Amino acid sequence: MVTTVEPAPVKRTVADYKSDVKPIWCPGCGDFGVLSAFYKALADLNTDPANAVLVSGIGCSGRFPAFVEAYGFHGVHGRALPLATGVKMANPSLTVVVAGGDGDAFSIGAGHLPHAARRNVDLTYIVMDNQIYGLTKGQPSPTSPHGMEKKSAPYGSPDFPINPILMALSYGASFVARGFSSRPKDVTELIKQGIRHKGFAFIQVYSPCVTFNDTYDHFRQLTANLPADHDPSNRMMAIERAMSLDPLYLGVYYREERPTYDAQMAEVREKSGGQFSLEKLIEKYRT
Amino acid sequence: MAGSDNDLVVRIGGDSAAGGIVTTGEVFARIASFVGLEIYTTRTIPAEIKGGHVMFQVRAADHPIYSQGDELDLLVAYDQESYERYFKLLKKGGVLVYSSNDLTPPSSGEVKMYGLPLTDLARQVNFVRGRNIILIGALVKLFDLPYDRAVEVVRKQLGRKKEMLEQNLNALQTGYRWVEENIGYESPFHLRGTARDASQDGRLALSGNQALAIGAIAAGCRFYAGYPITPASDIMEFLASEFPKISGTMIQAEDEIAAIGMALGASFTGVRAMTATSGPGLALMIEMLGHASMTETPLVIVDVQRAGPSTGMPTKVSQGDLRMAVFAGNDDAPRIVVAPVSVEDCFYQIVHAFNLAEKYQMPVLFLSDQDMSVRVQTIPPFDLSKVRYEPRHLWDMHGKYERYADTPTGVSPMSLPGMPGGQYTAEGLEHYASGAPGYDPELHVANMEKRYRKLEGALPDIEAWGMYEQFGDDDAALGIIGWGSTIGPVREAVACAKANGIPVAVFYPKALFPLPDARLKAFLEKRQAVIVPEMNFSGQFAGMLRARAQSYGIERPIVKLNQYSGVPLATRQVFEQIVAVNETLNR
Repeated sequence: MVTTVEPAPVKRTVADYKSDVKPIWCPGCGDFGVLSAFYKALADLNTDPANAVLVSGIGCSGRFPAFVEAYGFHGVHGRALPLATGVKMANPSLTVVVAGGDGDAFSIGAGHLPHAARRNVDLTYIVMDNQIYGLTKGQPSPTSPHGMEKKSAPYGSPDFPINPILMALSYGASFVARGFSSRPKDVTELIKQGIRHKGFAFIQVYSPCVTFNDTYDHFRQLTANLPADHDPSNRMMAIERAMSLDPLYLGVYYREERPTYDAQMAEVREKSGGQFSLEKLIEKYRT
Repeated sequence: MAGSDNDLVVRIGGDSAAGGIVTTGEVFARIASFVGLEIYTTRTIPAEIKGGHVMFQVRAADHPIYSQGDELDLLVAYDQESYERYFKLLKKGGVLVYSSNDLTPPSSGEVKMYGLPLTDLARQVNFVRGRNIILIGALVKLFDLPYDRAVEVVRKQLGRKKEMLEQNLNALQTGYRWVEENIGYESPFHLRGTARDASQDGRLALSGNQALAIGAIAAGCRFYAGYPITPASDIMEFLASEFPKISGTMIQAEDEIAAIGMALGASFTGVRAMTATSGPGLALMIEMLGHASMTETPLVIVDVQRAGPSTGMPTKVSQGDLRMAVFAGNDDAPRIVVAPVSVEDCFYQIVHAFNLAEKYQMPVLFLSDQDMSVRVQTIPPFDLSKVRYEPRHLWDMHGKYERYADTPTGVSPMSLPGMPGGQYTAEGLEHYASGAPGYDPELHVANMEKRYRKLEGALPDIEAWGMYEQFGDDDAALGIIGWGSTIGPVREAVACAKANGIPVAVFYPKALFPLPDARLKAFLEKRQAVIVPEMNFSGQFAGMLRARAQSYGIERPIVKLNQYSGVPLATRQVFEQIVAVNETLNR
């Protein structure tokens, strides 16, 4: 482990977070909006690039770390959350952000979401949801609507979509929010709140795929801010509003303060008494 | 081989629902080791959660022992099933002790039989659950071990509650007396403890998994993630208890894929990280194993092998994961495979495994097995001065940083999160030196070569660190090349062969990939035939050796000796194969 460096006194700008690698996404991809919002969030928080780690899986979203001037780990498909958990727990002073897509997060990697949430690992998980497998050229994903006609579902997809916000709420995520890539200022705000949040922050961002599933108009028509009376400390209210399909609400659904996983580990260390000697440990097995 | 008056094998069998069979064996083994004897235990635990047959075997001798022993001198049968399973293993002139409240075996002229009314005796002393301690008392007398030492061990092992201790000591005496009065004052065996000499000071009695976990701590491992699986779980449980005391982190992950992912993520930050599993778990980890290789991130993955395929026999031994460890994964992903040969060796080899992983920035697979992981054995104290520490080659924080910069050794300096200017993305896609993805044909060729070049650097270390064992008669025409825990019965069989006038040379590499070609070639050149003992069906190591021998241009008969029943290889099997192959050489 390396001792972390004090944040530089300089005020960083968006340019400080852009890497030399140019995004390979299709022109018009929603992910550009999310990436811009992310740069802006880091600049607003003045995050030290040397102290930030971006972890991703596979898919269009998986390329995210390469475009950001920070440490990164481009994992295998669906395994971003375990990698990120390892990074954060080995060095809790790092700011760890996880980027994923709907296939990575809700299909192949869906088994990891409940555990990152229940442990309350201090991560910010941004899921760019385009309701399609884009990188593999257009197969229905777990959030695709029932009946979607694609090459792997020529007669219409027989599968019904899952509800990611409802999932995150039921798993015990301590911060649950939804954004839309066409509203980058709001997304910046959600990411900033997610990073500041001490605990597992889940942010679903509708991020349309212009090539295989152009849903810009669909989401412009259907999305709306959570009502002014929304109380993010009220889980039942959050669940109720997560179930609404028209409108699809944007904003912070739920937020609670509870000990992070690294705080829990610190407590475990405290309970262990902290006394250790290798010689004494071996002594226990003397005959 | 076992069977002399100072080298005895006792097996205890019963139903685990009755409780305490393993405790009986463990306490008896501790008494034997406490009086200065060497011990070697074996056990099978039932696959059932509660109930089911369980067996515990102790071999005790006044000299070093390397295997569990082929035949039984004494069988203790708590029930009919134990009698039926193991009676055939009892040697002529051996002793059967059975619970006369539970079974009535037919008399046999070839063995001595003693019915011990365990349940009646337990009732007499008002301690129904005391049957095991009564049996220990009986065993102490049967083996002629000093009673006062037995009392000391019982005090130490079972003396947590005062009233319980009194009951236990009373039961111990009851068993001892019963043998004294009913089997005769003269004991059938005389396993007198040797006077403990100075060389035994500091001697340890522990299992391979315990030795491995202690070795990992000594090696500087401070992060572990794992998923429960027999027979690897107690590594996780051990570290769960010790890691918090040294600011380490142990996470019980949601599955094996998450376990290896967490360990990999932790290693990325600079901490020495490990996961441990068994065959089914390793199968799940293979994708991420390749990822560790591609991203050049150090990682130690322990596979405590058990019998398969599929779920197989979780509590039985096998060496069937060699091929998976060496070859599994998509395309060519270099890794190092390390195999300890004994309980003691688990400590030393896991240290090497960490040093190889860190120095060469790649995954290291560590192939233990069910037998050496659970068996408790007396071993010399660990020599902590042998624990070396090879640091990871870190970036010097000067100039422009390139994570995957090509170097003569293939090892690129690594930056760690927190180092300003060291930012890069650990990339599973093929990548440029910077880490940025790239698919140029020349790039892929250069990187494949760079990643594999690291193995060339590892080989001299494997040699210099002594990661092999070579013994026997170096001029022998007959050789044995093996790996892992079969070395125990091989050692005893080779000693027996020598006594019978058959010289044998033995070579056990502890790095199975890459194999130490120079040493292997020199060994093969001097033999006319080679036996390859291993605990799998197809002869996975024999297959690898044939390919190596062919590449050296050496043609020698490579004779397989495969044990795939789920129980350890027996000394007798090795000895018989030595005799058979030796005959063909002399023909």
